[in-house]
Amino acid sequence: MDGGGALMELFAETWQYLLDADSWTGGGGLVARLLEQLLLTATALAAAMLLGLPLALWLGHLGRGGFLAVNVSNVGRAVPTFALLALLVAADWPGSGDFGPYGRAGLATLIALVLFALPPLITNGYVGMREVPSDVQEAADGMGMSRSQRFWRVELPLALPVVASGVRLALVQVWATATIAALVAGPGLGRIITEGFARNDYAQGMAGAVVVALVALVLEVAAAAVQRAVDPMPSAPSRTSSPAGVEPLSEAPATVEEAPTGS
Amino acid sequence: MTILGAADSGPSCYSRFVNEWFCWQYVEDRHEQITDALVEHVLITFAALLLGIAIAIPLALLARRIPRLESAVLGFSTGVYTVPSLALLPLLVPFTGLSAATVVIGLGLYALTILVRALLDGLRSVPDEVREAATGLGYGRARMLTRIEMPLALPVAMAGLRVAAVSTIALTTVGTLVAYGGLGDLIAHGVQRDFRAELMTAAVLCVVLAVLLDVVLVVLQRVLTPWTAGAR
Repeated sequence: MDGGGALMELFAETWQYLLDADSWTGGGGLVARLLEQLLLTATALAAAMLLGLPLALWLGHLGRGGFLAVNVSNVGRAVPTFALLALLVAADWPGSGDFGPYGRAGLATLIALVLFALPPLITNGYVGMREVPSDVQEAADGMGMSRSQRFWRVELPLALPVVASGVRLALVQVWATATIAALVAGPGLGRIITEGFARNDYAQGMAGAVVVALVALVLEVAAAAVQRAVDPMPSAPSRTSSPAGVEPLSEAPATVEEAPTGS
Repeated sequence: MTILGAADSGPSCYSRFVNEWFCWQYVEDRHEQITDALVEHVLITFAALLLGIAIAIPLALLARRIPRLESAVLGFSTGVYTVPSLALLPLLVPFTGLSAATVVIGLGLYALTILVRALLDGLRSVPDEVREAATGLGYGRARMLTRIEMPLALPVAMAGLRVAAVSTIALTTVGTLVAYGGLGDLIAHGVQRDFRAELMTAAVLCVVLAVLLDVVLVVLQRVLTPWTAGAR
């Protein structure tokens, strides 16, 4: 695979594959796989948000369980997505059977996706609530707000940008993990890549990779736009960092700003 | 050496008929194969981390001097970490082929994006008063960087290195796509053959490796930055 000629040939073949209508249509085509992966991603993200966000926001509101909420991200990083997917598929339950529209190994993949979406959601949900300045909370109390009023009208709106950045990280994570699911014969676009490599058809592998990467970038840009839209104080400087000079020697950034694992 | 072997003493715990998740017999019988995979895993991880560090330090120092480069670097790193690993590796294959270099460069890129951000955050965390005091004491640019800014940036940079190290260990498994995945190769084989002992052993070793490396880096950080010990 060395030499400029072979390289150009591979790029040309990849381009051919992407232009060929047959690669997009049909049961295992790009469109079907893309829809499968988008469905997986959306379902898993929605389930993880329903499970994780109420817990994280409540813990942050109470100010309890911080150690757990912050460290769950570190644990999530250490577990290889591929290994967890492999264990779920090889187990008797959920196994690699079909699961409705999610395809073969659909249930195992969904469970893995939800598990890997939870850490950034929980950590950022908790940290976002904790970072609401205490003088703002006192002001809310001073105005006679009840606890639930304070939660819904003051803390949640102010925490929303950090929570949204957690959702954005979870989205990137879920998309990446859904791609890796193909390594264990799971559903999704990764199948185009692994099938290409298994058949020494590198043009197909490259074409699948290009589509996966492009959709990932589109999702990321869309999520970033949503994150900016929910910020109640868009012009304010980044609220993930503490006031100037207060945290020079802090051990780690409190919020997760990088992809946790397996991305 | 077949999976169906061990006929005399009844089926071993990793035979096809029993297929237990945890099987010490498997670890004993296949210890050479496991050691090879483990060594490959560690070598790929270290090579990727070293590559990331070697590029991240000059890049971060340059980016700090040139604001336009900084936003470009941050944008690029967001872009790279958005691309799933299973898609990044195929995109490198035309250049490096089915080799360990593909995995090392791919994982090095991910490590690089984490490390550059951590270094920039670390350098930014140095208080201005400290810089002013150093200037007042007659420190030049180079001495300020090596004696004042780099040491004070170290805790944040080390936190970034821990994140990069742990995720690189986990990501190395995906290298099995080009047949250089270290323990990931055992996991892939274990899934294909429904070989539970192999699968579980490799998965556990991955997590153990990640935890060990993290502990080593924490100790290293304590040694390098003794002044932070009292603060915690």
